Amino acid sequence: MNELRRTFLKLSGSAGTLALATAAGVLKPGPAWAAEWNQDAFAAKAVSDALKNLGATNLIESKDIVITAPDIAENGAVVPVAVTSKIANTQSISILSEKNPFPLAASFTVSNGGEGYVSTRLKMGETSNVRAVVKADGKFYTAVKEVKVTIGGCG
Amino acid sequence: MNITRREFLQLLAVAAAYGLPLGGRPLAADTTEGFYDLPKTGGNVTLLHFTDTHAQLLPIYFREPDVNLGVNEAYGKPPHLVGEALLRHFKIEPKTRLAHAFTSLDFENAARMYGKVGGFAHLAALVKRVRAQRPGALLLDGGDSWQGSATSLWTKAQDMVDANKLLGVDIMTGHWEFTYGAARVQEAIKKDFAGKLEFIAQNVKTEDFGDPVFKSYVMREINGVPVAVIGQAFPYTPIANPRYFVAEWTFGIQEENLQKTVSEVRAKGAQAVVLLSHNGMDVDLKLASRVTGIDAILGGHTHDAVPEPVVVKNAAGGTLVTNAGSNGKFLAVLELDVRGGAVKGRHYRLLPVFSNLIEPDQEMTALISRHRAPYEKKLKEKLAVSEALLYRRGNFTGTFDQVILDALMAIKDAEIAFTPGFRWGTTILPRQTITLEHVMDQTAITYPYTTVNALTGETIKNILEDICDNLFNPDPYYQQGGDMVRVGGLQFTCEPAQRIGKRIGNMMLKGKPIEAQKKYKVASWAPVAEGASGEPIWDVVVRYLRDQKVIRPPRLNRPRLIGVKGNPGIA
Repeated sequence: MNELRRTFLKLSGSAGTLALATAAGVLKPGPAWAAEWNQDAFAAKAVSDALKNLGATNLIESKDIVITAPDIAENGAVVPVAVTSKIANTQSISILSEKNPFPLAASFTVSNGGEGYVSTRLKMGETSNVRAVVKADGKFYTAVKEVKVTIGGCG
Repeated sequence: MNITRREFLQLLAVAAAYGLPLGGRPLAADTTEGFYDLPKTGGNVTLLHFTDTHAQLLPIYFREPDVNLGVNEAYGKPPHLVGEALLRHFKIEPKTRLAHAFTSLDFENAARMYGKVGGFAHLAALVKRVRAQRPGALLLDGGDSWQGSATSLWTKAQDMVDANKLLGVDIMTGHWEFTYGAARVQEAIKKDFAGKLEFIAQNVKTEDFGDPVFKSYVMREINGVPVAVIGQAFPYTPIANPRYFVAEWTFGIQEENLQKTVSEVRAKGAQAVVLLSHNGMDVDLKLASRVTGIDAILGGHTHDAVPEPVVVKNAAGGTLVTNAGSNGKFLAVLELDVRGGAVKGRHYRLLPVFSNLIEPDQEMTALISRHRAPYEKKLKEKLAVSEALLYRRGNFTGTFDQVILDALMAIKDAEIAFTPGFRWGTTILPRQTITLEHVMDQTAITYPYTTVNALTGETIKNILEDICDNLFNPDPYYQQGGDMVRVGGLQFTCEPAQRIGKRIGNMMLKGKPIEAQKKYKVASWAPVAEGASGEPIWDVVVRYLRDQKVIRPPRLNRPRLIGVKGNPGIA
């Protein structure tokens, strides 16, 4: 474990770190953020509606998308999911938890030539497919991984 | 692998020759020599492996399961063979010492004939004997050595930490160890193990940055050959056990990181690579087909006593997959013939530890006595006499679990009871006195709380489906390695080969169908949720046993199984 880094972050505190990140232009401030928010896609209750609102009506299965997520979630409230896209000219990566009340959980824009790698944490109430949707050169590619959410117990 | 079977049969022949020992008395020294002498294999690297001792310092009885079903891909394959099917598969002569070691057949009579198994003083003597024959051998503990007895619970595993050190364990990984909390594990590593025993796990990381918590592997030179041992802790520790014990750590199988680790140790010159695994055998079998460059997986967790390894083919050759039973009942010996920088031959045998065949090690006997002394009187408290064979192992029921269920329903006045499908817990022969120590053998955990809840029929069904899926999911990576929750009061049917949601049916209580919206009073124990509380389960069982005084053979509430006829995983 990197004790020094841990201690430093404990001292700096999360609020301070965030302020620093914003000031340095790492995170965009509110207004610009809101402009890119795809309200319809995030509010959709059906997977098909969410995909439609992303513009992803025709999905191509791709082995160049790797979803890194636990087979069984340790904590359904924060399931770590990472998506790597090796598809050339990846423009955006979206993540859906298909059984969630609002399936679209995250959507990332990848700027010109940026690495196709994103990572986030999903809240999942039950066992579900986690779907990644990658936009590249105007086409939509997808991959799926099942994440099991279990009640636990019994070792 | 080609010689292994013949050598194993030689060992069988030796065992058969000594088929009828003198009940209870140690045999003459020369007889003992015969049973545990290892034939020459030509190997130059020896790894000794035991796993899942569950803190059983003294010799015990341990009945192997009569139900260990394999469905889908696992049907009829090791480790899903029991009784005569297992004997046939591994060509073990019925009604012999070895047949008794690996099966539950005629358990009571055979146990009386061959005596108790395991015990750390006996294990220590056997380890010394094998080490004398195989200089340079490393001793590996696959985990679950800290939990499962009264003394381990009451000393926060100090008895086991000390016993493992004296035993000469070189490397270990873990599972139930973590239920003493992250701080306790790290304390033992710093205070007791430093410079002596390595605790390794490639698949445990910090929740925040993903930093490794333990060393991933250890490199050792054995007779001039660089050997890497990689650690694999139980991947589902925060799910199968309370997450709050290891709140800042994350586990999982971590296949990708394992492959990277294998490449790393190979690049550093390892000529043999072994995974010390607490995955469980089905997970290991799948892992071996996907991760390359591992010569052998020395496995545990599922407590499968598998006489011979399974060879799993993968893109880069083949990996041996083993599982070495539980409760100190077995010592595995893996010998590798490493020449020209590569493994040319692999030989494996799983030696049963028959306490009557081994003169106990004096030093270990003294250590055990020292740790037991403060508790000896309490441990020996007589609670009841059993008229029944009381055991735990089996996919759906165990007679000792039935006693626990009966106790929960009687003492907590509940119509339904649940007890977890743990695979540890010793066996009691008919007419044996049940002591507090025996009760603790079945219940000694750090979250022993009994709870009583009003659950709807629908919730009960979902719980049963969820746990059953942990056992029979067609993909081993979704299996957690425990048995099915044992259920009291409620009758149901189970179709293991079905999918989740469709396995459990015909739920009935006292002749009436369970109603989805109706609430039922359910008693259970071992809650994984944080903040749970309640009377410790051992107090409930102790009260029940004192009331009963004599335990008659309990009526097993086994679910009616569908689609398992002819399955060699059921005896």
